[in-house]
Amino acid sequence: MQWDIVIGLEIHVQLATRTKIFSGSSTAFGAEPNTQASAVDLAMPGTLPVPNEQAFRYAVMFGLAVNAEIGRRSVFDRKNYFYPDLPKGYQTTQLDHPIVGPGFVDIDLADGSSKRVRIHHAHLEEDAGKSLHEDFHGMTGIDLNRAGTPLIEIVTEPDMNSAEEAVAFARKLHSLVSSIGICDGDMSQGSLRFDVNISLKPKGSDELGTRTETKNLNSFRFMEQAIAHEVERQMDILEDGGRIIQETRLYNGDRDESRSMRSKEEANDYRYFPCPDLLPVVIDDAFIESARDLLPELPDERKARFKEQYGLNDYDARLLSDDARMAAFFEETAGHGKDAKLAANWVLGEFSARLNSDDKTVAQAPITGEQLGQLVARIADNTVSSSGAKKVFEALWKGDGDNADAIIEAQGLKQVSDTGALEQMVDEVLAGMPDQVAQYQQETDPKKQKKMLGGFMGPLMKASKGQGNPKLFNEILLKKLSN
Amino acid sequence: MHNKSVAELSRELESGKISSVELTREFLDRIKAEDSQYNSFITVTEEQAMADAKAADEKRAAGKAEVWTGVPFAHKDIFCTNGATTTAGSKMLANFVPPYDATVTANFRAAGAVCLGKTNMDEFAMGSSNESSFFGPVTNPWGLSNGEKRVPGGSSGGSAAAIAARLTPAATATDTGGSIRQPAALCGITGLKPTYGRVSRFGMIAFASSLDQGGTMARTAEDNALMLNVMAGFDPKDSTSADRAVPDYTATLNEPLKGLRVGLPKEYFSDQLSPAMEQQVRNAVKEYEKLGATVKEVSLPHAKLAIAAYYVIAPAEASANLSRFDGVRYGYRCDDPRDLSDLYTRTRAEGFGGEVKRRILVGTYALSAGYFDAYYLKAQKVRRLIQQDFINAFKDVDVLMSPVSPSPAFVQGEKTNDPVTMYLEDIFTIAVNLAGVPAMSVPAGFVDGLPVGLQVIGNYFEEARLLNVAHQFQQVTDWHQKLPQ
Repeated sequence: MQWDIVIGLEIHVQLATRTKIFSGSSTAFGAEPNTQASAVDLAMPGTLPVPNEQAFRYAVMFGLAVNAEIGRRSVFDRKNYFYPDLPKGYQTTQLDHPIVGPGFVDIDLADGSSKRVRIHHAHLEEDAGKSLHEDFHGMTGIDLNRAGTPLIEIVTEPDMNSAEEAVAFARKLHSLVSSIGICDGDMSQGSLRFDVNISLKPKGSDELGTRTETKNLNSFRFMEQAIAHEVERQMDILEDGGRIIQETRLYNGDRDESRSMRSKEEANDYRYFPCPDLLPVVIDDAFIESARDLLPELPDERKARFKEQYGLNDYDARLLSDDARMAAFFEETAGHGKDAKLAANWVLGEFSARLNSDDKTVAQAPITGEQLGQLVARIADNTVSSSGAKKVFEALWKGDGDNADAIIEAQGLKQVSDTGALEQMVDEVLAGMPDQVAQYQQETDPKKQKKMLGGFMGPLMKASKGQGNPKLFNEILLKKLSN
Repeated sequence: MHNKSVAELSRELESGKISSVELTREFLDRIKAEDSQYNSFITVTEEQAMADAKAADEKRAAGKAEVWTGVPFAHKDIFCTNGATTTAGSKMLANFVPPYDATVTANFRAAGAVCLGKTNMDEFAMGSSNESSFFGPVTNPWGLSNGEKRVPGGSSGGSAAAIAARLTPAATATDTGGSIRQPAALCGITGLKPTYGRVSRFGMIAFASSLDQGGTMARTAEDNALMLNVMAGFDPKDSTSADRAVPDYTATLNEPLKGLRVGLPKEYFSDQLSPAMEQQVRNAVKEYEKLGATVKEVSLPHAKLAIAAYYVIAPAEASANLSRFDGVRYGYRCDDPRDLSDLYTRTRAEGFGGEVKRRILVGTYALSAGYFDAYYLKAQKVRRLIQQDFINAFKDVDVLMSPVSPSPAFVQGEKTNDPVTMYLEDIFTIAVNLAGVPAMSVPAGFVDGLPVGLQVIGNYFEEARLLNVAHQFQQVTDWHQKLPQ
């Protein structure tokens, strides 16, 4: 039987505020346990929450970035359950009146198509602390440093139909919240955590199947694996005539296994009700406009501008616009490089490859956009050949010289573009290869001719000590051989 | 000195007739000698009080004294006091020493007042008789001479009894459904529950957050005004506190009452009220007529729904507010828990008393899936109707007057086995909390030798008017000066 895969995501995004959502404690990661937990975070008797305005501003910025309606009257609710790392015995969250209403994100797929994923809503809430089971024999340690860190929980519609789409959405979202500066984007520290809802239905059916939720995936790779794993698991059950149980599952990426955490029947009754310690927060036009003013150019806007301003194709424009740092590097390169398309090729080609092989981020690259741009300019004006340029790039990367011109000079990589000198070299080389010249001239198939042309290039480059402009050599060869 | 009011004591200190150290010593000695009869204090902070008194005397000597400098008073044991045990009347917090002050506590500290100790109360402020305290019931000073142990009312019964017994001239209190007004009435003193949001709730251990309000208790209206001057105001630590100007509540005490429009809600003069009680209240109203007030009957049509709505909303909020008492971070923890579930179950089963458990269960039920709409949501709708009743009533009158409680102080144990009868103690006070308006209890006579309170209810943020109305009454009556034998 053929199946349709239906996927919806819930994403917890830690907001990059300096202090917690309802207290003045720091949100910095990695401090000694419980050193960033105040009386409010510990839920000491009589303490009260005070909302952090910056968390609201960040949530509104997110809403604007995903084309969403902003909830004008934002209400907090208590979600009641007992757990040692939940100090109050309830989580302060939003149920019926979230700060961000329906919106959407467009994702690009590998086949060049794009797809719209709808956002159901996003709400503000506080993170819980951490239970530490490893370090204390027979006991559990509680670290409340994270308790009260502001989160937005983003809930999508079930609009994704493959692991590829889900991961593309997740990446896009990651890039979005990082580039607008509301989240540090560090997934290894849990700054973004993904829950995946998956169900299968017979191909073409309108009726959704029973879903499962796989919780707390904190890398794109695990997410892709977990979806593949869960799809296969459900497919096996359904094809054996079984039924899917609505449940929450945990995925172990190291073993590629999942296990049930709790079924719907075991689920808590959270007894939500409006939090009486917090008045409804009214978001007015002025607040929304001030948040809009803080928004940098969004990746989609940037992509459109790159196509328009630099004449890039859709694919290159997307690759260069997704990440704000990469985009800025490209623009610096293009600004100094005279030829934007060539700059794009170098940033996406040599530069990206070198980042990958050295396992570096754009911010950690040892060269600047200006340096690469100067090199691109020398390629564009034929001062250096592309093979020579690779040597210059390598020297820049290793710090053997800090600008392209000096390196070209020092290493003697300057191309010879003097047509008189080049013509003389061509004449000499052709004179030494009469058989090949004759063969070329007798050949009628232009494809074969083109291939044969390459046979003259090696000796020409050798004769010019690698400094002859290959483009000019090519033109001169064609002219001489057609005589 | 112990029979004097806060205002009088402040003047005595200023004149140099007595020092704060002497005055504080006198009250501490009285507590030591007499409180075994009343059990009105849970903790007496003698050492701190004497140190504070000494500091106050030094401040005065330096010419920096203000009204409250060196004046003794007490805190209900629901206000967190940095470094002093704060129990909320519960085994759960019997050894809890907060590392922070409630805003109210900090305000009195800053004013230079001398805190004698922490007064007894119903556990987590849940009760109308002070019999649910883990630290034992409080006995009302009134009626003791007949050998009767009567309740002081609750939940602020310790504060009320201590003032009536002259163990402190004033005490803080809280009122969620009548917890200031009913004990004030039953102990023959004056109490004020301010408008919701007038006094910060930060550091005041929560019972029902949307109803809880800190307030004042003393013998006179003037002293209540002096207390409110210290307590009222916006607090950035409590986002439900009101960000509006605080008047000097003593400035308008002497305004004449000519032309005051008094409304008598007919629903509060029902057959729940004994004829003898009603007579005392009507006599008090007549005094106001003599002072130039006009009186008319008004209606609060939804008043009869108040108890039902309250006993959904308050327990619902309490069920969540009390979840933090789980034995994990502070407070009581059961011995040798087997696992997490055992830790939670036994800690809470052993740490909470019966009335608290009853309300947690009721609140949990009311919020449960499938019942939320029928109980919590419906109760909130009723609450809005009750608020509207008061808004409408105050279109025609300046204050409302009514009895505080249906009967005077009852004998301990009389109602403990019948929670619903106990809940009806607050039948005239609860709607005020649901609406959020301010109200006072003013001593207004006696029935069978036991004090009767007059409830005066004002419009939002009109505490100054209430204090004025109560003060003028106390200029022509002496009910508030009567001493229990």
